[in-house]
Amino acid sequence: MSNGPGDIISFDNVGLRYGTEPEILRDLSFTLHPGSFYFLTGASGAGKTSLLKLLYLAQRPSRGAIRMFGKDVITLPRTQLPQVRRRLGVVFQDFRLVDHLSAFDNVALPLRIAGVREDALQKPVADMLEWVGLAHRIDAIPATMSGGEQQRVAIARAVIGRPDMLVADEPTGNVDPEMALKLLRLFEALNRLGTTVVVATHDVHLLKKVPDSLIMRLDKGRLSDPTGALRYPPRPSGGRSAGVAP
Amino acid sequence: MKLPPLIGRSLQRGLSPLRGDRASNLVPRARITGPVPWVLGVMVALTVLAAAGGFALGNLTDMARSQLSGGATVQIVEADREMLAAKTMQAADILRDDPAVQSLRIVPQEELSALLEPWLGAASDGSSDLASTAVPMPALIDVQLREAADAAEIERIETALAASISGVRVDAQSDWLKPVYSALTALQILALILIGLLAMTSAAAVWLAARSTFTAHRDTMEIVHHLGGTDDQIARIFQNSVAFDAILGGLIGLVAGLAAIAIIGSRFAGLDSGMVQGGGLGALDWIAIAAIPFVAVAIAMLTARLTVMSALRRML
Repeated sequence: MSNGPGDIISFDNVGLRYGTEPEILRDLSFTLHPGSFYFLTGASGAGKTSLLKLLYLAQRPSRGAIRMFGKDVITLPRTQLPQVRRRLGVVFQDFRLVDHLSAFDNVALPLRIAGVREDALQKPVADMLEWVGLAHRIDAIPATMSGGEQQRVAIARAVIGRPDMLVADEPTGNVDPEMALKLLRLFEALNRLGTTVVVATHDVHLLKKVPDSLIMRLDKGRLSDPTGALRYPPRPSGGRSAGVAP
Repeated sequence: MKLPPLIGRSLQRGLSPLRGDRASNLVPRARITGPVPWVLGVMVALTVLAAAGGFALGNLTDMARSQLSGGATVQIVEADREMLAAKTMQAADILRDDPAVQSLRIVPQEELSALLEPWLGAASDGSSDLASTAVPMPALIDVQLREAADAAEIERIETALAASISGVRVDAQSDWLKPVYSALTALQILALILIGLLAMTSAAAVWLAARSTFTAHRDTMEIVHHLGGTDDQIARIFQNSVAFDAILGGLIGLVAGLAAIAIIGSRFAGLDSGMVQGGGLGALDWIAIAAIPFVAVAIAMLTARLTVMSALRRML
């Protein structure tokens, strides 16, 4: 299996089980295209978080093949996985900020890991915090920030490295509707720069807020494709389908 | 919604290590309030003492060996005192003519009497000259050979003397100290074993500390891992954290160990024994002792690295 010319991710007959439990993800075959905006929906326990873990390389599948950015990540040596991870931005459901670091240092972390010089990262990090509306909280540590502020720091951290794909797990789950909409606008703005965005949510109202978004629906570990988002096998020319949110 | 600020692609894909304060900030350090500096301090102090003891014993043995290696004692047994004096002079003449002999000294009877006095008491007339009493005393000649007094050489000299003089016996002086050498060598081996055990214990202490720190900061490390941090970067964070603690502990241990050596050294110097004074430490010994904290730091860093790398390998 290979990525199509315009594909970022290809899943081929992927299944996932933990230990000897029954498979929680079954027969997943799909492609994600660059610059597309995907919502991953499904009831609680449908396997959304497990699928996201496969997408941000926190988990290997029990079977099947996964290609990311043209590389077979199943057979890729561990030492080469960090380079793939650096092309991903992840917003975790529980934010996963480093508790003792300031907002600035949390956002700067991906750049520091990537070896960016200190003098080169000061402005981008400050700009990014300003973009998410937290310029005044630059030195605050997570414990002193509200849920919405922590979420925006997490988004800034995921976006600062200008990832090719952003994966967000229930990013609006812990914030009020107004903040949820603001966060969604942040994702849209990033998407307009060409980043593929995958947002897992069980909030059906959110799906209508992003025009041209595509829906991936998980039901008991299997994917359905109400908007034609998951064309498989990949089209030779790539490109996005014009899905309409239900 | 305005677009997010752009960062140049060229900034993103480096693989340079996460270093310095920015890396160490990821794992808050307990410094001297943590156990590692103190545990390593005690280990280094004990290692310094064991090493100093080992070196001192080695020097003592070497000095005794070098002083006695060419030494031999000729013993002449003869009940008649006049005959004894004649045989002694004859033996001395033969030995002086032997090219293997560098020097010799006939041990005076008074000196022999003084050696035996603790066991036999003073002479009946109150003097220390036991030879003047009825106790028959052998004559002794202290011989220094040009080369080591090995068994073949000793046998050759004894045969040469016995051909002309009856009642002669020749012994290598180092033979008398063989049990002492053996005991000193055993103590040296003990010191080496002790140093090995201390090194292993130090590594085990660091292993426990590194595991404990890794467990305490596992979430942070997982975040770094998910953000594209390499195993090497993460291991380096812990390695450097442990290195600082180990340097602190090494210095504490070195100072404590040197203080203990100084105190023990002054006590032994007070004994005023020739043999003990031969057990001093040379320049190379001090350099080796000074290197102990550096070795401890290296062991600590290596242990921390291997511990964290092993834990990381269980992550994808």
